[in-house]
Amino acid sequence: MKNNTKQHEPKIHVAKRGGMVWYKSWGIRAAAIVLALIVCAVVIVLLTGYNPIQVYKAMFSGNFGSSRKIWNMLQQLAMLLCISLAVTPAFKMKFWNIGAEGQTLVGGLAAAACMIYFGETMSPIILFPLMAVVCILAGMLWGLIPAYFKAQFNTNETLFTLMMNYVAIQLVSFFIVFWENPKDSNTVGVINRATEGGWLPSLFGQKYLLNIIIVAVITIAMYIYLKYSKHGYEISVVGESENTARYIGINVKKVILRTMALSGALCGVAGMLLVSGTDHTINTGIVSGMGFTAIMVSWLAKFNPIMMTLTSFLIVFLERGAGEIATALQLNESVSDILTGIILFFIIGSEFFVQYKISIRKHKKEER
Amino acid sequence: MISTIISKAIIQGIPLLFGSTGEIITEKSGNLNLGIPGIMYMGGSCGVIGAYLYERAAETPSPFWCIVIPLLAALAGSTLAALIYSFLTITLRANQNVTGLALTTFGVGFGDFFGGSLTKLAGSGGNLSVKLTADYFKTSLPFAGKCGAFGEIFLSHGFLAYVAVIIALLSAWFLKKTRAGLHLRAVGENPATADAAGINVTKYKYLATCIGGAIAGLGGLYFIMDYTGGSWTNGGFGDRGWLAIALVIFALWKPNLGILGSFVFGGLYIAYSYISGLSRSAVAIFNMLPYVVTIFVLILTSMRNKKENQPPKSLGLAYFREER
Repeated sequence: MKNNTKQHEPKIHVAKRGGMVWYKSWGIRAAAIVLALIVCAVVIVLLTGYNPIQVYKAMFSGNFGSSRKIWNMLQQLAMLLCISLAVTPAFKMKFWNIGAEGQTLVGGLAAAACMIYFGETMSPIILFPLMAVVCILAGMLWGLIPAYFKAQFNTNETLFTLMMNYVAIQLVSFFIVFWENPKDSNTVGVINRATEGGWLPSLFGQKYLLNIIIVAVITIAMYIYLKYSKHGYEISVVGESENTARYIGINVKKVILRTMALSGALCGVAGMLLVSGTDHTINTGIVSGMGFTAIMVSWLAKFNPIMMTLTSFLIVFLERGAGEIATALQLNESVSDILTGIILFFIIGSEFFVQYKISIRKHKKEER
Repeated sequence: MISTIISKAIIQGIPLLFGSTGEIITEKSGNLNLGIPGIMYMGGSCGVIGAYLYERAAETPSPFWCIVIPLLAALAGSTLAALIYSFLTITLRANQNVTGLALTTFGVGFGDFFGGSLTKLAGSGGNLSVKLTADYFKTSLPFAGKCGAFGEIFLSHGFLAYVAVIIALLSAWFLKKTRAGLHLRAVGENPATADAAGINVTKYKYLATCIGGAIAGLGGLYFIMDYTGGSWTNGGFGDRGWLAIALVIFALWKPNLGILGSFVFGGLYIAYSYISGLSRSAVAIFNMLPYVVTIFVLILTSMRNKKENQPPKSLGLAYFREER
């Protein structure tokens, strides 16, 4: 028997680390990104036969090539960041809200409704606060439905929120039929093109500046909320252990509902910024998967809002860069998804080396 | 008329059935694989790539290789995708939701990239289409046309449709009646207990996820070969991958219920085209139905809290032996 156990003793021993100095852990992550970029380069060369340095140069110019490109990049960054911030409090609570796509979409739908029905008649001073309230309520409702059932019956929130996305998508295509312009085109077109009623105003001649400022404010507010407020503390306790939370007198149900309301509300804001501040139209693809990407952005940043600006920049950089390569090499744009996927795999994998320590056993006999 | 509708519903349902059977097996091991849409994409696109390359290379493609090569390619592609997911979540204990979503991003990108530009990379251009292979896949029993409604509903499909049903039945039997199935369920419910009972948790999780992925990949292959007739369009697969995950809930994690569920979902998917005078707005509401129904099932099962209808207990959680 004793012999037997010795044979089965694994060569490699994995143990959880107590903690890691921040520069070491970020070093590991940086190394993973570098490795991923090398693998991506190999993939690109294999697929296209182009020089990878040229390809990365093209990616760079796709993001920073002109002031228009920089503004577009910042705008996309702001949108992704906004949705990432929205999902973060829920994640910290270990509530897997993968319904940000739908919550943002109904927010956008509400914004479009305000623009269509009141955009040309109401004065902007009343219109924008009204629009904000309606969008926030819409997003909040979409987030609260799964949260209620999670709190009440412990319904699986991952699957619930996932389904809510598609309900939202169909809801939007339902309304598009009523709002379509021109008739039978099955698209809404640019809303109030002539009057620009209900469009978020441009600041200093930059149409996206207001969006970016709003998101920057939300980022800082979220950082303070999670780190220094009582709510933020309750969220992390519930996330660590619901039983502990209950034991120290936190009303877990209330925290779940409140946090998801906040999460949904922020998604609603993102929807408003997308429809009223960016595209000025509504269609089912307006969120374009950002609700899902946001989950990865938030997780990669370890739920730290400041770090999220970096991780969302990484994703946006890749997407825009790969788009540039795709047009330059006349390839399919999906190449950006492949590259994003590869890089995500590496970063996801690298977390293991941050969390765990691996030691190889050498002197089996001496240990005994 | 009715037999046509049922037959069409079955055709719509088969990809979902493959996907949900694969996902059920995966979830039974405690892995919530949200990469299933990506895996199905990988399966479909790898199958098409295999078929395309073979059709180009062979002067007179033989039916046997026309079937076997895409089949193996699809299985290889989807298993590889599932292996990436397994390695990250099981060995490296990464977060399952994040890994799954990353895999979906990757898989959809992979499918659309190669599906969309394979002909260009190969230097011929034009749309990617493997009609010849698809015709072999679609070949049904020769006497199906003579059997009336019965033939149309049950006999008119390509062989993969029957494979889907057989796999679902086999999985149901495997999970319920065999010792390995019991072990697998134990791993999904409580891996620590299973580990203590001497079950190799890692092995079960790996096998279940990879086999589940391979089965799901066949769904992609069926879609391309039987449904679209061998021509690839980017994004053509749509939201079917997520619908397959919805079907898992609808079927209460039971593959045999999944067979029925897939045909119901398939029916809901096409029902609008058979109801006359339906406005386009009503169509949108109709398309919402599978998801709304799934949500109701999810709520009801959690409210009734019946033990045998619950998701596996450790679903979505990584297992680490040394943790507490």
